[in-house]
Amino acid sequence: MGEELSGFLFPNDIHILWSLMIVLYPYVTGIVAGAFIVSSLYHVFNRTELRPVARLSMVTSLCFLSVATLPLLMHLGHPERALNIVITPHFTSAMAAFGLIYTLYLILLVLEIWLVYRKQIIMTARRSRGMKRAIFATLALGVYDTSDEALHVDRRAVVVLAALGIPAACILHGYVGFMFGSVKANSFWSTPLMPIIFLFSAVTSGIAMILVLYQTLTKLSSRTIDASCVQSLSRWLALFAVVTVTLELLEIITLAYERSEEWIVIAPLLSSKLAISFIGVQLIFGSLIPIILLGIVVLMQRYLTNPLRNTISFIASAILLIQVFAMRWNVVIGGQTYSKSMRGFREGYQPELFGREGIATALVILLIPFVFMAIFNRYLPLQAEEASTKSSPATELEPTAH
Amino acid sequence: MVIAASAGGALFSGLAAQGDKPEARPQDPTPGGQLPTHHTEVAGTSHGYQPEQHAYAYVVDIDKCIGCGSCVRACERENNVPPHYFRTWVERYAVSSKRQVDVDSPNGARDGFPPTATGRDVSRSFFVPKLCNHCTETPCVQLCPVGASYRTPDGLILVDESRCIGCGYCVQACPYGSRFIHPVTHVASKCTFCYHRITKGLKPACVGACPVGARKFGDTKDPTDEVAQIIATQSVRVLKPELRTEPNCYYLGLGMEVH
Repeated sequence: MGEELSGFLFPNDIHILWSLMIVLYPYVTGIVAGAFIVSSLYHVFNRTELRPVARLSMVTSLCFLSVATLPLLMHLGHPERALNIVITPHFTSAMAAFGLIYTLYLILLVLEIWLVYRKQIIMTARRSRGMKRAIFATLALGVYDTSDEALHVDRRAVVVLAALGIPAACILHGYVGFMFGSVKANSFWSTPLMPIIFLFSAVTSGIAMILVLYQTLTKLSSRTIDASCVQSLSRWLALFAVVTVTLELLEIITLAYERSEEWIVIAPLLSSKLAISFIGVQLIFGSLIPIILLGIVVLMQRYLTNPLRNTISFIASAILLIQVFAMRWNVVIGGQTYSKSMRGFREGYQPELFGREGIATALVILLIPFVFMAIFNRYLPLQAEEASTKSSPATELEPTAH
Repeated sequence: MVIAASAGGALFSGLAAQGDKPEARPQDPTPGGQLPTHHTEVAGTSHGYQPEQHAYAYVVDIDKCIGCGSCVRACERENNVPPHYFRTWVERYAVSSKRQVDVDSPNGARDGFPPTATGRDVSRSFFVPKLCNHCTETPCVQLCPVGASYRTPDGLILVDESRCIGCGYCVQACPYGSRFIHPVTHVASKCTFCYHRITKGLKPACVGACPVGARKFGDTKDPTDEVAQIIATQSVRVLKPELRTEPNCYYLGLGMEVH
């Protein structure tokens, strides 16, 4: 068989079916899972330096979870039948897992957030009047016990929920990776590595989002950014980013080395069709630069001032947020760019600006969680007040030369 | 808020669909609306058709196909297939003496083919009709999240259009490109072996339209059936056998260039 691509597409393969919305969905659930892992690092693995972001990350997870179904509803041919997935699920399909997992994870997360904020809810209920009091009294579920014993039970329950939440979050996002990885018809998607790649890049995006949000919120409320928290988050981010990129490259390298039939389409796919989004954005800009920056933060800890560390980690996180989006784009759109004829490429996909599956819709969906977080913060602060009294960890990391 | 609205909509449409007869739905692309909406409806239909007594299969004879496109036109007319989407199509392969392969399928070969003009020294050329293979171990049924795609007792893969949510997972899952999302009804659509015809003892439209007998349809449960005999005695091949989808569409004379 000739190595040249004749440009032949199966007649039904002309259109790219899964759009920007399907790129957005794993991006959103990735942040959900990743942010939750950050809070579990504190609650379950006792990374006490992450205390400043423990509540923030849980609420971030919930706010992104609240919009997770929107990209899917925008894409479905019959969104009014969306509940068929829970009413008549066909469990041989990974997609059917969605209803169950989403519900279980939502319950778990809401419960955990409620337990963490229970004391605040009760105190706010006691302090308020009228409508606000009524709402908070309802949220308190009629229990006003803020004794140490009760709070201790709360904390124990939170640890259990946070521990259970780790596999739940992993499945919530992992099933998406499995959904792609199990499609044997698509050799770009079909690999057992896919759920793992998705999961590690999800945690990467979650930590990056928390780093960006934490620094932004702290600056906006005129507080000091906790240096040991940023250092710790940067370390975790570096770890997950490196593993993510390694896995992503491993898949490509294996395909390139084995040079099986699919390499005939995947090589030109990566080097021409996806040259900018894969090699440019995902690898060089999105992976190499942040890993270098995070390497500086991790390895040159002693030489960095706090502001410098904050800036470098902020930039690295922002770039990684773009990288993870590019990875989702390259997998979803890239995997559809070549025809199943293995002989040609479809027209490049340009998302519409307005319209159900357009760029504007995507931006709105991405904005909604931040609006929810702002509203949440107004009534139940995302950052505990005690954080600003901790002074020793911040000074520990000041370079001795100054 | 959105979830509540879609819940309401889902319940409403679910209830509405219960009383829906196939003929009553205006968007049903199959005229006559004989497609069953659930496979148990097929058993013991009014004209005595028993699906369990049949196991359908299809044979394509590559050496006979002349690329006229009559099958594509017949299918389009019989099943109201929308323009630029295909339940069946024909591909032309032009292999040069240096084993370079050029493949084309202009508008699915709906209007036949223009003269071969690859600019290469073509030493061998043939046509390959394609359609849904109605696989026994099909990934499209496995991956359908709501069970809208299903396998009938007589061996066909059909789509329950009242249940399909239009997610497109089955289209991604099909290795043969047989499926598409219907641009009007927004549900998954594909070749049905003209189920409304075969349950009445007729042949699919494409088989009837083929002037040279390149397409054959039959019942493997009938030992006297021509298709059953071809499959049992001749060297037949299927598309992408390594994927183990176990297609029920067999090819005679299939070249290794065909994916």
